[in-house]
Amino acid sequence: MKVAIFSTCVVDLLFPNVGQAMVEVLERIGCETSLPTNQVCCGQPTYNSGYHKESNKVFYNEIDALLSTDADYIVGPAGSCVAMLRQYPHILKDNPDYSKKAQELADKSYEFSQFVYNILGVVDAGAQLDAVATYHRSCHMTRLLGEKTAPFALLDNVKDLKMVPLPHLENCCGFGGTFSVKEPEISKQMVDEKVDSIISTGARVLISADASCLMNIGGRFSRRNENIKIMHIAEVLNHNVDASRIRYKNQPTTV
Amino acid sequence: MTISTSDKPFLTRVKESENDHFMQQSVAKAQDAQWDKRTAAREELGNWEQWRDLGEQIRQHVIKYLPDYLEQFSDNVEKKGGHVFFAQTDEQAVNYIKKIAKEKKAHRIVKSKSMVTTEINLDKALLSLPETSIMETDLAEFILQEDNWDEPTHIVFPTLHKNRDQIQNVFKKLGYSGSNDPEEMAKFARKYLREYFMQADLGITGCNFAIADNGMINLVTNEGNADLTMAIPKTQIVVMGMERIVPSLKEAEVLDNMLSRSAVGQKLTSYCSFSGPQVNGESDGPTDFHVVILDNGRSNALGTDFEPVLQCIRCGACLNVCPIYRHIGGHGYGSIYPGPIGAVLSPVLDGYEKFGDLPFASSLCAACTETCPVRIPLHQLLIKHRKVMMDKLKMDHSFNNVLMKGAGVATSSPILFKIALEGAHMGSAPLSKSKETSVDNLFNYGHIEKAPSIASGWTDVRDLARPPKHSDDFRSWYKKHKKEQQEGVSHD
Ligand code: SF4
Repeated sequence: MKVAIFSTCVVDLLFPNVGQAMVEVLERIGCETSLPTNQVCCGQPTYNSGYHKESNKVFYNEIDALLSTDADYIVGPAGSCVAMLRQYPHILKDNPDYSKKAQELADKSYEFSQFVYNILGVVDAGAQLDAVATYHRSCHMTRLLGEKTAPFALLDNVKDLKMVPLPHLENCCGFGGTFSVKEPEISKQMVDEKVDSIISTGARVLISADASCLMNIGGRFSRRNENIKIMHIAEVLNHNVDASRIRYKNQPTTV
Repeated sequence: MTISTSDKPFLTRVKESENDHFMQQSVAKAQDAQWDKRTAAREELGNWEQWRDLGEQIRQHVIKYLPDYLEQFSDNVEKKGGHVFFAQTDEQAVNYIKKIAKEKKAHRIVKSKSMVTTEINLDKALLSLPETSIMETDLAEFILQEDNWDEPTHIVFPTLHKNRDQIQNVFKKLGYSGSNDPEEMAKFARKYLREYFMQADLGITGCNFAIADNGMINLVTNEGNADLTMAIPKTQIVVMGMERIVPSLKEAEVLDNMLSRSAVGQKLTSYCSFSGPQVNGESDGPTDFHVVILDNGRSNALGTDFEPVLQCIRCGACLNVCPIYRHIGGHGYGSIYPGPIGAVLSPVLDGYEKFGDLPFASSLCAACTETCPVRIPLHQLLIKHRKVMMDKLKMDHSFNNVLMKGAGVATSSPILFKIALEGAHMGSAPLSKSKETSVDNLFNYGHIEKAPSIASGWTDVRDLARPPKHSDDFRSWYKKHKKEQQEGVSHD
């Protein structure tokens, strides 16, 4: 199966380890990856800030770049950015040049854990992590992409990993893209409440499927000098892997 | 237009809310309790998502044929001997109501909770009439009135910002000497209000839904005061926004059900009434019945991207799930319509000059869109407002127009982005600290505690990870990785 990597600008700029982990997991499960080099950004920062004229060019570039390979699927390490790709057909529905391509792109784009669990049918990625962890659910992944199950199901099967539930799972962490820089006064109160909730679980590791939320919550943890480890779900699923343990849906547990 | 509740700048209001710990705690507590109640009430109904489809269809249909339904409704009210007045502005509405009050020589006016009368600032206008007194009979509105006409902070729970001690103090002024027990205080208020009710000569209510095919007014409450307001005084005036209409009782039944579950987590509120003027043979109800139908900016939304805002049934669920509302409370919005619905509606009714800040004060988490019983795409409408302000009106509402436009150029250009990737690590050197951090795995290349320009909002609150060396970034790694794979393959 051919997969084009939708790296996202945040991972390109700041988090190489997330991109690496994602590629390694996908290749281990048998995907042949490629990285379309002309991709830049899904366009959320400008679009969500109201600069729609400027955003169109960003969309065109991203569509052309991501469709430039013969991949069957396009997979990215961020629920929010993938949700944006899925909105392209709606935004560009009256655009004669791009409406069709936007649909094609949206139809084959998936967030990483969603792809691994729902499309590849993997339930156990063979990973091991000896830790107590909690999971932050990103708003866009849950509400716009509608993916509520995949990350939890995959994390449940990581060996030695104890997942503890996060209170107020439904509340936003206060990132919100440019919101976090435009409205720091409100954003701070939101991220503080999130940090407090995480601390209350006693978890030592915070996992999420959105690097941007991790960058926000982690940055606040650092400013408050709280001890925690931040991990993207791809890094968890790529940790200490024993390939013989990889298991698919509908496959008997014992051999 | 008086939907505004404050002249202070937005940021000042936000800071005031931040310091109001009581308000924040009580909002958080109410949100959490409502979350459970609402979820349970919706689950009990079953197939909630299909109910939402139905709710959306009903409301969209009504808005599409609004003029027809308004005409049908008004014909039916008049057939029963009632009067209908269409008010384009708040002033027209207020003048009409004042005229009726004068004609009827009304001296004691009772009112039940109505956001629309708050919107047109009716109470103050009526108090300016000679020898006229007025009584808000909804418990929460009564508290606000007796607390020197304090502003409501929630469209369903107007006194969410007040605690029981504050309420006890308000009541003390009225001769209350009991404890701060909510039940005891409610009893006191009931008695106080009942006496006033019996002598009232004019009743004013809002309207949850107006039934087009029979001219009835549907009210959904928990205290029964609205029904008394309709039953006792001989003259009654109903004030309603022009969108508050349903075709028939069938649709009202669906929406009442969804409204009760969404607003207060109940199957149905304690009182759900359908009434109108007294007709032949009835022993109570108003003999003189008026309906004031208000536009006041609502038609601004018709035929635009913002038309869905007219679908709203004022359940308040979007406020109850909103993380922004959770922290800045109702007063933070500076509008009698706060929360997500307020952030969308206030600029539609009263313009961007006054309420342009509100659409930006959102992380676009979409909790509102997810909960709205009539599927208003609230977070998308916030983005649409931003678009109007930035693209069309070229307002200076963003933190930095030039840089954001620049970001648009940079993120549409693969070449510029490559240059940025190559330079990011070096470029960030003057800002970065390699200092130890308590957070593992986020700051593998150091971090930034004070960033310039648009990023300063970020580092006001939190540290920023420093970009890796170009040779360590994801794209460079991937190139090496692919090369190794290919070499690996060719060696085999
Ligand atoms: S916008 Fe939707 S959720 Fe908010 S008050 Fe109106 S109907 Fe309720």
